[in-house]
Amino acid sequence: MSKILKYAAAGAAACLPTGAALAAWELNMPVGVTELSRDIHSLHMLIFWVCVIIAVAVFGMMIYSIVKFRHSQGAVPAKFDHSTRAEIIWTIIPVAILVGMAIPAAETLIRIEDTRNSELSIKITGYQWKWQYEYLDQKVSFFSTLARDSDAARQLHSGIDPKSVEHYLLNVDKPLVVPVDTKVRVLLTSGDVIHAWWVPAFGMKKDAIPGFVNEMWFKAEEPGVYRGQCAELCGRDHGFMPIVVEVKSKEDYATWLAAQQGGEAAPAAAQTNESAATAVVAQAE
Amino acid sequence: MSTAHTHEAAGHHGHDHAHDDHGPAKGWRRWLFATNHKDIGTMYLVFSLVMFFIGGTMAMVIRAELFQPGLQLVDPGFFNTMTTMHALVMIFGAVMPAFVGLANWMVPLQIGAPDMALPRMNNFSFWIMPFAFTLLLATLFVPGGGPSGGWTMYPPLVLQNGTSFPMLIFAVHLMGASSIMGAINVVVTIMNMRAPGMSLLKMPLFVWSWLITAYLLVAVMPVLAGAVTMLLTDHYLGTTFFQAAGGGDPVMFQHIFWFFGHPEVYIMILPAFGVVSEIIPTFSRKPLFGYDAMVYATASIAFLSFIVWAHHMFTVGMPLAGQLFFMLATMLIAVPTGVKVFNWTATMFKGSISFEPPMLFALSFLFLFTIGGFSGLMLAIVPADFQYHDTYFVVAHFHYVLVPGAVFGIMAAVYYWLPKWTGHMYNMKLAKWHFWLSTIFVNVLFFPQHFLGLAGMPRRIPDYSTQFADWNLISSIGAFGFGLSQLLLAYLVWSTARGGVKASDKVWDTAAPHGLEWTLSSPPPYHSFEVAPEVK
Repeated sequence: MSKILKYAAAGAAACLPTGAALAAWELNMPVGVTELSRDIHSLHMLIFWVCVIIAVAVFGMMIYSIVKFRHSQGAVPAKFDHSTRAEIIWTIIPVAILVGMAIPAAETLIRIEDTRNSELSIKITGYQWKWQYEYLDQKVSFFSTLARDSDAARQLHSGIDPKSVEHYLLNVDKPLVVPVDTKVRVLLTSGDVIHAWWVPAFGMKKDAIPGFVNEMWFKAEEPGVYRGQCAELCGRDHGFMPIVVEVKSKEDYATWLAAQQGGEAAPAAAQTNESAATAVVAQAE
Repeated sequence: MSTAHTHEAAGHHGHDHAHDDHGPAKGWRRWLFATNHKDIGTMYLVFSLVMFFIGGTMAMVIRAELFQPGLQLVDPGFFNTMTTMHALVMIFGAVMPAFVGLANWMVPLQIGAPDMALPRMNNFSFWIMPFAFTLLLATLFVPGGGPSGGWTMYPPLVLQNGTSFPMLIFAVHLMGASSIMGAINVVVTIMNMRAPGMSLLKMPLFVWSWLITAYLLVAVMPVLAGAVTMLLTDHYLGTTFFQAAGGGDPVMFQHIFWFFGHPEVYIMILPAFGVVSEIIPTFSRKPLFGYDAMVYATASIAFLSFIVWAHHMFTVGMPLAGQLFFMLATMLIAVPTGVKVFNWTATMFKGSISFEPPMLFALSFLFLFTIGGFSGLMLAIVPADFQYHDTYFVVAHFHYVLVPGAVFGIMAAVYYWLPKWTGHMYNMKLAKWHFWLSTIFVNVLFFPQHFLGLAGMPRRIPDYSTQFADWNLISSIGAFGFGLSQLLLAYLVWSTARGGVKASDKVWDTAAPHGLEWTLSSPPPYHSFEVAPEVK
């Protein structure tokens, strides 16, 4: 099955513009930087090509009938009106195709849900309209909100051309920083309404629900900056709470973490949401 | 629509039965006190058309704001109100009443009955609607603005709305009550008033699909009413059904809502299946292929619609077993849906096809609904759904199913039966213009939204990153074109109701000879079938 997946993915890569760069006129899902996102991309391409093949057959038959059996061309209608054999065939073939699809999908899903053996746990809390990141057991915690230049440009009648702003609406004041090649477990919750944390390059999104904790994991394989957005309607500024994740080499991450732990006393002391919130509000003033 | 034609028909009927001549009342009484299935059907259809334009105007606001990046026209809060109200108005105000209107007009005509079984309840179920929508639309003018938490009304977000919140809940209650009454009426009519000899498996497919739809409505509308009532008590009476702090769970609302919501999707599409199953055989000049299989497929879809609801909420963090179950059940729906598409194709195969406006819309339905089906299959694959969920890919998917699906189904039905209803033929050339403009623009509007979703644009956002600018521009142009094209429909319906070339009883010389609606005059007499026809 994995061979078919690879074949499908290769075929797709040849036919459609893919790749991490988000160019304008983008047509397809970009390939991500985690194993899961690549598997998900392959599944996406597999089901896409399955649909294309069925579409060619079905639409081909429809177009053939429409062109060939035109009343204006003197077509004489046949009299037949049922065929049990045909009904059985076009019930069984789709079932077989679906079983073929369900197996790799279930395989991937089982791996997605396996959050064991994580090396780093980060608690992410959604608020209207920002994210809070807490590195569990590391005494690091901070908020991440829309970058100021984007925020200025996105005001109604701001007069600022969004194209002049770098990473318009997809930039934050302080990104989440994680080490490369590390299985990061994310614990999601919310302080008010439901949000959803989504970085397309990691392949996953999950809801942040007040009063409950959801889990997911990712293991980024390339250092870089990855951007995403809240993906669950959460009120007026739902469109303005982006997510930026900086994946650093393990050494750079260690340096960064040490700086966070030593350099900023306030977040290190902040263990509860309330005190962290005050600390960040104080920082922002 | 037209009053003249039914007066004429009633007069004709008066000659035969002078002793019980009671044609339509004069003036406003005819409409306010209406018990006639055709008058009520007309009111439903006109109401639906008005709502279609109101909901469409909201869509134009949405697409105008999304025309280019940056906020140019509306506040983000008002934008959210527009997306919320657009959905509520289109679903509950445009699509569902249009199908109820079609059922009112066509079920008695197709089963050989004089009227609906429960005419006064019929009147009540219609007249609730204007009140429900006055209440809903009035929320736009209350302090704090209209509802802005999405038509799905997820807590806790929906509870943040002010005065509009209880108005929204009561409007939904009213719409639900109206739908339930309409559905009961359809079930009772079909079960009790069929002409002698019309066994269940001889019923036209439009009647079949409505019978199944009516059962879905009766089953799920109370569930919606329950869910929104729990929201109301959470907000005002201190219950905590959906608040973790009191032992509740916000996700429970989503489960209850989508237990209503998924069958609701089929409530909006099954009658369109029925319409298309009437039209394709007529203009292929060949009987419907696999009638029995079509009935069983519709029933299977209806059954499956009750066990797939959680595919709308794969990202809430369900157990693995739950995700697998809902994925497999959802994929299974592709099988009976496929059977229907294959049967329609087989009906055209070796037929003798002509392309009158109803057939054009039915063909457009066939192609574009199938595209919506494909993206639905993609969305069923849970891992892939983790990427698609809540992006424009989903927006593209359900608009393909609902606009060229349900709405084109309604338009096909209107073009098919309008001459029967009014007694006049419409302007074919203009109708074909309407068709081509609608079909081209609907694709310009919705197809690029697949690309936007795959590239990572979330839904329900008033502004977007510049990389999404190009396709949004194209999509908005499609939206304006599609919106303007619908003025043609309104003009055509209005002008046909007022007059035109006389339509024959059969209207389409290819219409199925056993279709009972074609045995009546165009327009049909006021009490349709006074004497039940014999069905062999």
